[in-house]
Amino acid sequence: MKMEMFQILNEEGKIVNTRDMPKLTNDEIKAMYEYMVLSRAFDDVALKLQREGRMLTYASLLGQEASQIGSALAMHKEDWFAPSFRENGVFITLGFPMDALYQYWAGDERGMTIPEDMNALPVAVPVGTQIPHAVGLAWASKLQGKKSVAVVYFGDGATSKGDFHEGMNFAGVFKIPCIFICQNNQWAISVPRKRQSASDTLAEKAFSYGFEGVLVDGNDVFAVYKVTKDAADKARAGKGPTFIECYTYRMENHTTADDWKKYRDPAEVEMWKRKDPVERLRKYMESEGIWNENYEKGVWEKAKVKVAEAVKKFEAVEPPKPTDMFEDVYAELPEELEEQKKDFE
Amino acid sequence: MKMNLVQAINLALKQEMEKYPSVILLGEDIGKDGGVFRVTEGLWQQFGDDRVIDTPLAEVGIIGTSIGLAIAGMKPIAEVQFDGFSMSMLDQLYNHAGRMRKRSQGKWHVPLVFRVPHGGGIRALEHHSESLEAFFTHMPGIKVVTPSGPYNAKGLLISSIRDPDPVVFLEPKRVYRAIKEEVPEEEYTIPLNKAEVVQEGSDITVIAWGAMQKVVREAVAQSKYSVEIVDLLTLYPVDRKTLIDSVKKTGRCVVVQEAPRTCGYGAELVATINEKALLNLEAPVQRVTGYDVPVPLPKLENYYIPDATRINKAIENVMSF
Ligand SMILES: Cc1ncc(C[n+]2csc(CCOP(=O)(O)OP(=O)(O)O)c2C)c(N)n1
Ligand SMILES: [Mg+2]
Repeated sequence: MKMEMFQILNEEGKIVNTRDMPKLTNDEIKAMYEYMVLSRAFDDVALKLQREGRMLTYASLLGQEASQIGSALAMHKEDWFAPSFRENGVFITLGFPMDALYQYWAGDERGMTIPEDMNALPVAVPVGTQIPHAVGLAWASKLQGKKSVAVVYFGDGATSKGDFHEGMNFAGVFKIPCIFICQNNQWAISVPRKRQSASDTLAEKAFSYGFEGVLVDGNDVFAVYKVTKDAADKARAGKGPTFIECYTYRMENHTTADDWKKYRDPAEVEMWKRKDPVERLRKYMESEGIWNENYEKGVWEKAKVKVAEAVKKFEAVEPPKPTDMFEDVYAELPEELEEQKKDFE
Repeated sequence: MKMNLVQAINLALKQEMEKYPSVILLGEDIGKDGGVFRVTEGLWQQFGDDRVIDTPLAEVGIIGTSIGLAIAGMKPIAEVQFDGFSMSMLDQLYNHAGRMRKRSQGKWHVPLVFRVPHGGGIRALEHHSESLEAFFTHMPGIKVVTPSGPYNAKGLLISSIRDPDPVVFLEPKRVYRAIKEEVPEEEYTIPLNKAEVVQEGSDITVIAWGAMQKVVREAVAQSKYSVEIVDLLTLYPVDRKTLIDSVKKTGRCVVVQEAPRTCGYGAELVATINEKALLNLEAPVQRVTGYDVPVPLPKLENYYIPDATRINKAIENVMSF
């Protein structure tokens, strides 16, 4: 099946599709840019902290900022967010504290304390397992007559799992207001996209479940924002789920435990550098007269200060107590566990 | 040659693949990348895409197709990347791999090997540090093997590959590069029902397997007691004679297990000792185990995994009973 790739902003930063360009104010466009820069600054420091032994294994989002920020900005406050492990850009855009993210990725589970007013699930490491959860969250919203939708993120690799099939199938059968955001970054660790599926695109899979699939340029923040917003409007109107394949690229190693030079052609990485989502938006803003060197310096400085503050805050946190491991296992600690806990007295 | 556990397993795989064309490897990132722990390093280059197979990211697919491949005469060695991701595979293992011989009235059998990097202690992400042996030993029809060092890893893996029944092979990932031992270049096997008395003693028996062996050996190195250490190597079928003989001799026993306490494999050992050697015991058998909580992330992990202090405390309790 041949599918067109939906695009608004091309690699040169030019609008190629004025008809679909969402109506965004200059301030809204700047906010998009600033979230993308902030995510990049956060990511950069995470990699540095890991190298210095101040953080543990970390999965970079470098290159996927448009997919993450574009989709996150289309969500409403009450919508559900079900992440995999690479969605730090979404977390940041939705207002999850950055110091807590660092804390979590440094091996302290207290970092996954989800803010009171945020409908997010915790990071899901087992690939694809969060997909049926999101379908359940969105189903509840339908059964309860609410307008909220669920947005679930996963990679190209996750589409190979049974969890993906079963979640998609339920969403189709029960017309559930769930939005599936597949960041096809072309790789699942060392396994290329072609090894996950013999189908031309991942987006076309949606049609076999009886609902719409969209293939979108995942490095084009306007396009991702537009298709996610349309999907959310559709879901809120009771018209069911949408699958969105964000066609993008993982610029970094899979995680800090990986070395892409073992299995990728550097020419491929170079080719994708030219499609960089942040640079693309920058060029557009420059041509619109809403970007200059001064602004750029200011945006990066602000981002770096925020990130530095987050690092300071997370590193000042007292280490957890050994007995914390017994917290939040059950609503009430069973007697057996009370006894085990006594080992630490 | 001196080598670590990763190299020993790699060598066993390579030699068995050279010897038997039916042996194939299935897993995620096991090809060009050599596996996330580098256990299959170099094998894809030597044996090619048809025998060292990077599969789609689908654990149920990996184990389910391995069952079919095995029934039809191939010798699949399936790898899961980390213990925690094997949970979705239990359906295929329990309902099919372990029962095919029975269900087909002996016509078909499933001689696959399932390799699982196992246990904690490597400061990893969530679901990368699980000790799941009890799930596997509870499955009729399945054998469960767990080496503790490079030498026994090679011999046990070769035996597992040649075994006619499905074998779950639990590789103690924190030991992967922690121990170097002399490992013969030539092939050798270690039978799949033999435990090893790795240190003789007369006061007390300490039983452990996999990664806990190293912890136990280090813990009792300075002990004032004469400690006998038993390394089980195969958890099912377990070598009951060796462990019962040892307990009958010392009259005291501590079982060390990394997994959560309740319904752990250690409980089975205690029950077996009670059935076979109760009247030889001078004190109740004690367990040193993980806790009944999800394995904590790295900041608290070392409080969860049994260590020398807890092991020696248990030994002291039993000795002073
Ligand atoms: C069920 C499961 N199997 C294996 C892994 C190990 N693993 C972590 S990420 C990953 C690749 C994921 O690829 P993809 O879904 O494309 O997401 P990406 O990492 O590219 O964002 C693998 C194999 C896992 N976390 N969960
Ligand atoms: Mg991917």
